[in-house]
Amino acid sequence: MPSNLEVGLYVFMLATFVGLEVIRKVSPLLHTPLMSLTNAISAISVVGAIMIISREDATELSKWLGFIAIAAASTNIISGFLITDRMLKMFKRRGKE
Amino acid sequence: MSGLANYVYILAGALFILSLKWMNSPVLARRGVLAGELGMLLAIGGTLINHHHNWEWMLAAFLIGLAVGVPIAYLMPMTAVPQRTAMSHACGALAAALVGTAEIYQSQPGGFVMVALIVETLLGFLTFTGSLMAMGKLQEILPSRPITYRNQNLINGALFALAVAIGVRLIFVPANTFLFPFFAALALIFGVLLILPIGGADMPTVIALLNSYAGLSACAMGFALDNHLLIIAGALDGSSGLILSIIMCKAMNRSFANVLFGAFGQIQPSAAAREQRNYRSASAEEAASILESATSAIIVPGYGLAVAQAQHKIRELFDSLSRRGVDVKFAIHPVAGRMPGHMNVLLAEADIPYDRLVEMDEINGEFPQCDVALVIGANDVTNPAARNDKSSPIFGMPILDVDRARTVMVIKRSMSPGFAGIDNELYYMDRTLMLFGDAKAFVTEIVKELPAKA
Repeated sequence: MPSNLEVGLYVFMLATFVGLEVIRKVSPLLHTPLMSLTNAISAISVVGAIMIISREDATELSKWLGFIAIAAASTNIISGFLITDRMLKMFKRRGKE
Repeated sequence: MSGLANYVYILAGALFILSLKWMNSPVLARRGVLAGELGMLLAIGGTLINHHHNWEWMLAAFLIGLAVGVPIAYLMPMTAVPQRTAMSHACGALAAALVGTAEIYQSQPGGFVMVALIVETLLGFLTFTGSLMAMGKLQEILPSRPITYRNQNLINGALFALAVAIGVRLIFVPANTFLFPFFAALALIFGVLLILPIGGADMPTVIALLNSYAGLSACAMGFALDNHLLIIAGALDGSSGLILSIIMCKAMNRSFANVLFGAFGQIQPSAAAREQRNYRSASAEEAASILESATSAIIVPGYGLAVAQAQHKIRELFDSLSRRGVDVKFAIHPVAGRMPGHMNVLLAEADIPYDRLVEMDEINGEFPQCDVALVIGANDVTNPAARNDKSSPIFGMPILDVDRARTVMVIKRSMSPGFAGIDNELYYMDRTLMLFGDAKAFVTEIVKELPAKA
């Protein structure tokens, strides 16, 4: 059986290649919304923060650090997705004139 | 860990990939946002299945995020999007760093988990302060000129090496948690020092690079917590930041090392003693009649246009000329604006259809057939010296071939050189007309002159 580290590295390698291929195809037109979208997605660290804060034996320090982390990450999630959508809504094709 | 959460994570990972994939077309992009939101919802929901102890804490923290996030998303002007992006890199990195810190104090794990935690906190803390610095420079709270001192790279390198050394010590002796505050402080200081020598013109690259770091930090957290979803999302973010920063570097013909350690814009070239040279200028009336009689026009917008808040006036000009049958396009240089793709957003906000926004490689072939090129608030990206003059600091940088248009008009406040402090040959060509004035005021005048001639 491969160790956790090995499986993790496989996942990392594959996800990086998928990421590079997918991102390469994004038109420069949308690079700013792309960055705010990946920003929101990288706030996935909220998952780690939830794990830290929810332990039965969580220390006060862990709780407070987790608290700040969740507040920071959820700010990113909410503002990131909303502002990306706000930007994308502005991109219009020429109307039928 | 119960099984269900893992299956939910797999779904969330797939949605994140789809989300980025759909960003390749403006038609599908909003669906991409939806996929991302759904993925995030699943990720959080899946985590809560097994981790809901202390939920009051989570809820309270989430409500803070909600209260801060919503106003940011709706009130932030589009010109300030780069600052917001830098700020959210800071928030993301801080979250990762704090989770890592909590884990180090609580569990004091050894082996590769500790390696991952050290990488996570190192990247997290330095990206946190680095992004705050970038935000300060973009918001112009901090001077956007590079700040340098003697032996800068040496001192920064030594500090970083010291942080790494303490980190390695912690990896071998995790119980030495008293060392951690020093490690964290060094990482925080290094983040500040890293951005100090980087000038405002290089911010697009730096933002993209910090994006990559924030992603890698989340990725390292995935290794530490043995959570594959974190690894996937972090790797996607990391590779996105990497690609964008490579594109930005190429667009400026610079290397990473040069952007990070070069302090570009600091050494002012002596501008060849600024000899007096001849140029031609024109009035708004003349400019209007030239534009009106053209069959095709290419507008070259730069950040100066956004500073002057001239986007909406440009739209009026665009409409007015289009109605007269002039084929108007916009030439977008990759580094126009303060972050990758920024100019497109600014023009889209002014309701300019996105099929009129053409990237550099596509539009360069069209300049020789174009009657008028109108440059507004752009400078270095139009400088033919990048093609011809080997001694120029920007030699080799890909530029928009504005000088090949039949007539060139440049709206500019004065003849002073641009960001990089380099004189622009374009302004002295026989075919070039300088239109002196504020971008917004001048475009307004051109628009006013147009209907009178209809």
